[in-house]
Amino acid sequence: MKLSLTKTGSAPHLTPHTLHNIHKVPAMAQLTLSSLAEHHEVLAEYKEGVGKFIGMPESLLYCSLHDPVSPCPAGYVTNKSVSVWGVGGRVEMTVSKFMAIQQALQPDWFQCLSDGEASCAEATSIKRARKSVDRSLLFLDNCLRLQEESEALQRSTIIGVIEGGDVMEERLRSARETAKRPVGGFLLDGFQGDPMTLETRLHLLSSVTAELPEDKPRLICSVSRPDEVLECIERGVDLFESFFPYQVTERGCALTFSFDYQPNPEETLLQQNGTQEEIKYVHQTKKIKTTGCNQEMTSFEINLKEKKYQGDFEPLVRGCSCYCCQNHTRAYIHHLLVTNELLAGVLLMMHNFEHYFGFFHSIREALKNDRLAQLKELIRRQAS
Amino acid sequence: MAAAASPSSMESAPRIMRLVAECSRSRARAGELRLPHGPVATPVFMPVGTQATMKGITAEQLDALGCRICLGNTYHLGLRPGPELIQKAHGLHGFMNWPHNLLTDSGGFQMVSLVSLSEVTEEGVRFRSPYDGEETLLSPERSVEIQNALGSDIIMQLDDVVSSTVTGPRVEEAMFRSIRWLDRCIAAHRRPDQQNLFAIIQGGLDAHLRATCLEAWLAKWCHVRTRDPRQQTPGHREAEQMTKRDVPGFAIGGLSGGESKNQFWRMVALSTARLPRDKPRYLMGVGYATDLVVCVALGCDMFDCVFPTRTARFGSALVPTGNLQLKKKQYEKDFRPIDPECACPTCQTHSRAFLHALLHSDNTAALHHLTVHNIAYQLQLMSAVRASIVEKRFPDFVRHFMGTMYGDPTLCPTWATEALASVGITLA
Repeated sequence: MKLSLTKTGSAPHLTPHTLHNIHKVPAMAQLTLSSLAEHHEVLAEYKEGVGKFIGMPESLLYCSLHDPVSPCPAGYVTNKSVSVWGVGGRVEMTVSKFMAIQQALQPDWFQCLSDGEASCAEATSIKRARKSVDRSLLFLDNCLRLQEESEALQRSTIIGVIEGGDVMEERLRSARETAKRPVGGFLLDGFQGDPMTLETRLHLLSSVTAELPEDKPRLICSVSRPDEVLECIERGVDLFESFFPYQVTERGCALTFSFDYQPNPEETLLQQNGTQEEIKYVHQTKKIKTTGCNQEMTSFEINLKEKKYQGDFEPLVRGCSCYCCQNHTRAYIHHLLVTNELLAGVLLMMHNFEHYFGFFHSIREALKNDRLAQLKELIRRQAS
Repeated sequence: MAAAASPSSMESAPRIMRLVAECSRSRARAGELRLPHGPVATPVFMPVGTQATMKGITAEQLDALGCRICLGNTYHLGLRPGPELIQKAHGLHGFMNWPHNLLTDSGGFQMVSLVSLSEVTEEGVRFRSPYDGEETLLSPERSVEIQNALGSDIIMQLDDVVSSTVTGPRVEEAMFRSIRWLDRCIAAHRRPDQQNLFAIIQGGLDAHLRATCLEAWLAKWCHVRTRDPRQQTPGHREAEQMTKRDVPGFAIGGLSGGESKNQFWRMVALSTARLPRDKPRYLMGVGYATDLVVCVALGCDMFDCVFPTRTARFGSALVPTGNLQLKKKQYEKDFRPIDPECACPTCQTHSRAFLHALLHSDNTAALHHLTVHNIAYQLQLMSAVRASIVEKRFPDFVRHFMGTMYGDPTLCPTWATEALASVGITLA
């Protein structure tokens, strides 16, 4: 139900050794074209596919267009091409170049070339929404045709992309038309934004998923916060990107929210996050300047840079089975952050991934036992 | 004036080194250190984990590589997070959760190399903290106090560190002061049963001074053992006042700075010639693979250096023929591992091409892959050196090593050829 995040084919901060320390790592990892497109030639010469190249031959791989963490500049989609941004700059892809790159990558699933710009702040017109649907369908048909002719891509699954901005009519058209094509699943694009915009788009989301076949997976991009994930699950979404734990790591924070929907959620909440006063404190200090990901801190996490953790010899989360919590203390992580040591990122990433993957495990359990409402309530109380 | 020897100071320092084999030609030895956190095979390379962390690799990864002793820096840890907090965390072992051995230096080197406004007096080194501007004095007593709190298995005396490029009376002053500071360290050491205090032999690049330092230490020791005044060398009045001083091991300090390799090896050889056979010789700040092999031949047992881990973070991988600058374009499509003979996790799973791509991204994992490999390289090298000494083929090993590194024996650096020749190993 979730995709393990990679940056240039590797989990952030982690080598296979430290990644294997994490429990419940998803079977499917997400790669991004933005980090891999510029290595097209190398992969083509390698011939054995990106999974083997990055040292993850056993993992299922999904290739998205963009990196959910780094937004890309708008205005570069044309009728013939879409662009992604790597470290070397812009890579412009026509349908044939896009498919040539996928041939070299040989991922298990890949997001089809699509026009995602109707959902950008600047472009809200019906005309733009219509164009995003038309272009994406045209790209899809061309990609499907090329796939048929490609030996190397026979075992790969194309994921159709639902576009249409905020225009209901266009969204429905996109869903119905895409569903007619032989795609393996659907990516719901353009529902991201700040929590406010997501709420208004949730209604749109329900209507879209209602048009999609039950037996094919629905992915959504750029939605990763626990509360938002639950809202989307209720509206028919199956797969999510795991960039939220990465963002938390980059701001020197650790996930501590409870997903244990016991009969007494209040108690569990206190146990995980400390006293009521501590929770209030967290609410007050939400804006942190971070490197790279200038996102605000949420109430799902604690900030290990705070002085109060200097002498705190508890693990990040009591009872957590991750390598970091089993072996280290808050005081140690605090020290690593204060001294700018690389190990801080490694240990926090290990904890944050494990915590997040544990959350998804509890979602699956809750769905099985018909207790999603309880889990949702628990999460809602911790959001702010 | 120091009182008569107290009973505890009359005890010999523990014999922590057991010699397993000695090269019949050179001065190379293979041995085993018995330390509180387990045995350590020598010769040994000790990676440097400055601030209670081996940069981006976990304690588990370091253990899996076979590391059994690594370094922490008293200067850095003394400032952040400070000895009191570390003591609360059950020492440095507890704080960083490292189950094997730790060696801490005294803080003296950083004092001089990192701090621009430090002042050395007989009392100690006065400096300003770069973090909060507070003025602090690092004295022999304070250094040992911090190291006692850190709880490392081997601790170093505070020495008066002078750059190896400095000449003149300052070098002699530093040498004699270091001896006096050794005595103060021994006196201040509160945990001699749990922590092994090493002395540091100074004297810069002056053969006479270095020999004097060695003699002064030996005279002091011999003086107390035999109580024979004729054993004293002139100019060491302080030796008369000293009660017995014995240390479990020695470091050769003041080298691996800016001095020429030619001077460097001669000072190492001079030191090992005079140091007791049955005690470990720790050559501080070394280093490069060639230097390690040569200095083992000269009789050194322990080494530390930031080079392998630091160079990893610049994208450089160590190999038997030198190093690979993996960021360079030539590795873009090189699908081989860094070293097909290397058993480390990086070489078992990844290619140069992948590492090249990863190094050009913002994912720090790239650095960790190389850190793992470079530490593995150093440890594997020492392992191979040791095996060759035990199996009585060390000279052949050296020839093979130099052949691989330089292609042809005649291309081996002159200083190395001469150093090896001085202990009976010819390369041709």
